[in-house]
Amino acid sequence: MIKVESLCKTLGRQEVLKEISTCFERGKTNLIIGQSGAGKTVLMKCLLGLMRPTAGQIRFDGTDYQSMSQAGRAKLRSEIGTVFQGSALFDSMTVAENVCFPLKMFKRTSKAEMSDRVDQVLERVNLNGQNEKLPSELSGGMRKRVGIARAVAAYPKYLFCDEPNSGLDPKTAGIIDNLIREITEEYNTTTVINTHDMNSVLEIGQKILYLKDGVKEWEGYQRDILFAKDKAINDFVYGSHLMNKVKAALQRENSN
Amino acid sequence: MGLLDHIGAYFIMLGRVFKKPDRWRTFKISTSREIYDLGVNSFGINAFVSIFMGAVIAIQMYNNLKDSTLPIPNSYIGYVTREVLILEFAPTMISIILAGKVGSYIASSIGTMRVTEQIDALEVMGINPQNYLVLPKVIAAVIFNPLLIILSFFLGLSGGWLAGMVTADWSSLDYISGIQKDFNAYSIFYSLVKTVVFAFVITTVPAYFGYHVRGGSLEVGRASTVSVAWTCILIIILDLLITQIMLT
Repeated sequence: MIKVESLCKTLGRQEVLKEISTCFERGKTNLIIGQSGAGKTVLMKCLLGLMRPTAGQIRFDGTDYQSMSQAGRAKLRSEIGTVFQGSALFDSMTVAENVCFPLKMFKRTSKAEMSDRVDQVLERVNLNGQNEKLPSELSGGMRKRVGIARAVAAYPKYLFCDEPNSGLDPKTAGIIDNLIREITEEYNTTTVINTHDMNSVLEIGQKILYLKDGVKEWEGYQRDILFAKDKAINDFVYGSHLMNKVKAALQRENSN
Repeated sequence: MGLLDHIGAYFIMLGRVFKKPDRWRTFKISTSREIYDLGVNSFGINAFVSIFMGAVIAIQMYNNLKDSTLPIPNSYIGYVTREVLILEFAPTMISIILAGKVGSYIASSIGTMRVTEQIDALEVMGINPQNYLVLPKVIAAVIFNPLLIILSFFLGLSGGWLAGMVTADWSSLDYISGIQKDFNAYSIFYSLVKTVVFAFVITTVPAYFGYHVRGGSLEVGRASTVSVAWTCILIIILDLLITQIMLT
């Protein structure tokens, strides 16, 4: 579980995050949603330790990140798996080397064990037999899946995904979403996903945090989001033509 | 960022580069890979430039001696070619050529890693990216560049000899006796010290510019160009300083 308490972040003169408090639950897919510029990426970077918050606390299973020792932080980071927006695969390494990288760096396991684990996670993301390919030889969806395989190879306790299905067609995006949800359940990870894709929200958003202009505007569960009373979240959810049709259908269903 | 900010950030980066590697085995593998990428892959250009420059130095020396009113023996062609190659041409010129070839490669590869979030991925995993990416390059260049420079001495001298053979303007005997004339081993030491310092600059300065890229591919290209320009400027300045310290 990751608990965020009164988190603030100022960049230059702009207050990007204002008093954000929330809790990301273990074994669930926790979504951070909001429009571009709402502060999602900054919040994610603060959670990942890539940015230092101006104020507030981030507790990983009760331990405050800011007060951790260097060794404590290094240990925590080895327990974090991250799927980046652009996959961030290492260009010079093959698929297998990319997936094996966190194992080589953090786990004291034999070569055979590492090789077995690589095959296991690649099979889990349906990429069997792609071990020797370079990232440049893969499609966008395959790169994302390698990114997921690398993120989970070292059995992380926390899984962070930054826009995991951006730039993908709806079908592949759905496959990636489902894969993340299944992995979250299998590994019992605290999964935090940064997205602005409503399909993802409806597919895998078990817990949802909606940010607007750096403020926590709404927080709730998937079942509540379609019927939320808050105007801002309604504008966001029903911002697209398709979702407006869904809204009309829901209203028809309710009136019947 | 002002110049002082850049200097400060460069030294902060060096502080993080020279830390104990996270995994020695991975570090050794990375260093061997860098030796191949930065060193072995530079053999060709090093050999080509050295042979031709050695020949040009010898021909120009011959033309000067020929036009001289004083009777200077042809053995001086070998002597001057050797001195020019050891003292200046091999360490400085070859280092400037390597700054262009290796420096732009380092800045663009690290810069691309920065803009495609590969460096963020390393940081999130708890790996020190400066140490992981830059230290193997520094070690590879500091070990391998002196070998390239020693090779450049021999190839440059061979180039001078070949020019004599082709033009028949001076004999092999004169040239070789000139090479052996008044040899001072300290010149080699001075040359290798310069090479090691330049190797450090050739790897760390482009790494700094690559590491601090913000933006996209255009900025990566700019960082690569700027890093080569600054590396060359620093090599020239350091050349002057080292010469002042070691030869005067």
